[in-house]
Amino acid sequence: MKEIVVISGKGGTGKTSVTASFAYLSSANTVLADCDVDASDMHLLLKPELISSEDFFSSDLAVIDYDKCAGCGRCFEVCRFKAVSFELDKFKISDNNCEGCGYCANVCPSSAITLVKQNDGNLYISDTRLGKKLFHAELGPGAENSGKLVAKVKNNAKKYARENNLNIVLVDGSPGVGCPVISSLSGANFVVLVTEPTTSGIHDLSRVIQLVKKFHIKMGCVINKTDINYKASDGIKKMLVAENIPLLAELPYSDNFTHAMIKEVTVAEYDKGIRSMLQDAWDKINNLI
Amino acid sequence: MKIAIASGKGGTGKTFLSTNLAAFLSKTEKTALIDLDVEEPNSGLFILGENIHSEDIFRFSPEWDRTNCIMCGKCQSCCNFHAVLKVKDAIMVFPELCHSCYACSELCPTNSLPMKKYKIGVLNHYKFNELDFVEGRLDIGQEQAVPLISQTNDYTANRLQKVIGIYDCPPGTACPTVESVKDSDLVILVTEPTPFGLHDLKLIVKAMKQLGKKFVVVINRSGIGDDSVEDFCNSENIQIIAKIPNDRRIAEEYSIGNLVFDKFDFVRAELENIKAYILKAGGSI
Repeated sequence: MKEIVVISGKGGTGKTSVTASFAYLSSANTVLADCDVDASDMHLLLKPELISSEDFFSSDLAVIDYDKCAGCGRCFEVCRFKAVSFELDKFKISDNNCEGCGYCANVCPSSAITLVKQNDGNLYISDTRLGKKLFHAELGPGAENSGKLVAKVKNNAKKYARENNLNIVLVDGSPGVGCPVISSLSGANFVVLVTEPTTSGIHDLSRVIQLVKKFHIKMGCVINKTDINYKASDGIKKMLVAENIPLLAELPYSDNFTHAMIKEVTVAEYDKGIRSMLQDAWDKINNLI
Repeated sequence: MKIAIASGKGGTGKTFLSTNLAAFLSKTEKTALIDLDVEEPNSGLFILGENIHSEDIFRFSPEWDRTNCIMCGKCQSCCNFHAVLKVKDAIMVFPELCHSCYACSELCPTNSLPMKKYKIGVLNHYKFNELDFVEGRLDIGQEQAVPLISQTNDYTANRLQKVIGIYDCPPGTACPTVESVKDSDLVILVTEPTPFGLHDLKLIVKAMKQLGKKFVVVINRSGIGDDSVEDFCNSENIQIIAKIPNDRRIAEEYSIGNLVFDKFDFVRAELENIKAYILKAGGSI
């Protein structure tokens, strides 16, 4: 089983449009996982039919039982997250600031503080119109532990692939270089970098390449919107040569990405030219893994 | 006054709006631009200035000192993040799981887990004409953006007072976004009129309501997609304070790293709308 993860560093480079197109072009032996858990959009192109849904309980929140609280303020003293404040006549814990570390509960002399598990989101499994299973999730608004949710989505998808003898897990990752991205990279066999020839795109590409190198995972790159700035595109190509990263495709700046989205189809289905470029890229990936 | 520029979806134009709005405002108002998208800080690509301060940013994690340790296991039992593990004859610490709550360190009866500092990134402060620009920059391989965001916020609050602060926030709705917007007076949500834009706008609107934040919307690349974002805002009574047209020339200038607020009248007109809204709102905050 091979795991292919699509990431971009910068948001809005066309990562999800490219991933969904690969999902369309891939063989029937493929499972899809949307690990961009706080902005998961891939399902919008795949007409998912929900098969199962599971609550994701992960973080803790400290709650004071005022029947027991003696008002000593020990919780206030130990909290490093400015989550405890004294308001009117009592100590209060702010849901937004509480990190769930439990230090306050541990030291409260009246045992008035308990930790309550929070519902940080939902995990979904859906059938898609492509005939492939999609594992996806929705992180609760402002919730913690996106990295753990990413790991859970991916592990569920891999387990399903193993049990059903499917050989490709295709993962849509999240922007950035922090915890959810690192979580989506662990265990991957190949990383597709989707970038654009803008100063921001190049800056973020170089950061994300440094990150993937730490994991020693093979990479390939798709340059999107290549004609918006040919000079910058050439700069990216030079960077790829220097880093020994194969160029998988160069896609045009095209409104068809948006038009396809509105029609709820992948750009590969909507635009024949882009389809053949992405088919080419997908073939290259399959030869590289 | 703190104005957070956020979006659910990445790539909708947060950095584009933050940099152009800050540069535009700084012509007439005392303004600071703060880049809190510490995983991918891009505002600095558009704002070149004189570096007036740089510092390393650290977070604290415990380090085991075996000298006086009696292997009581209190550290393991009090850590809610499984970052401290008692094995046969040693205490293991996993700094990447540590949230720096200090419980193990302070509750240890023998002071065997002193807190040590680890570098997680840098903070830079630049001066660009009248504009102050502060950025946090996470080191590659560091997972936790929140401590860096929080310290960048603290630095700004201490050093820059009585300014309009424009905060370029990370994408998404997870903890880095919450940390970035939680002290703001107003959140401007940048979206694009597409199905992805709408889906992620709904998520961040939910998050803003939960946080009790005052927020408005700016539509970027207006005209490229459909009306669903405007319909949603109207039905939810969310004010749209500006619409920046979809124009390839903006994308081309952006790709080079240029600001466009003084280049295109149709952009300046929208920035004027946003400025008018901010100055009016400033009176009521």
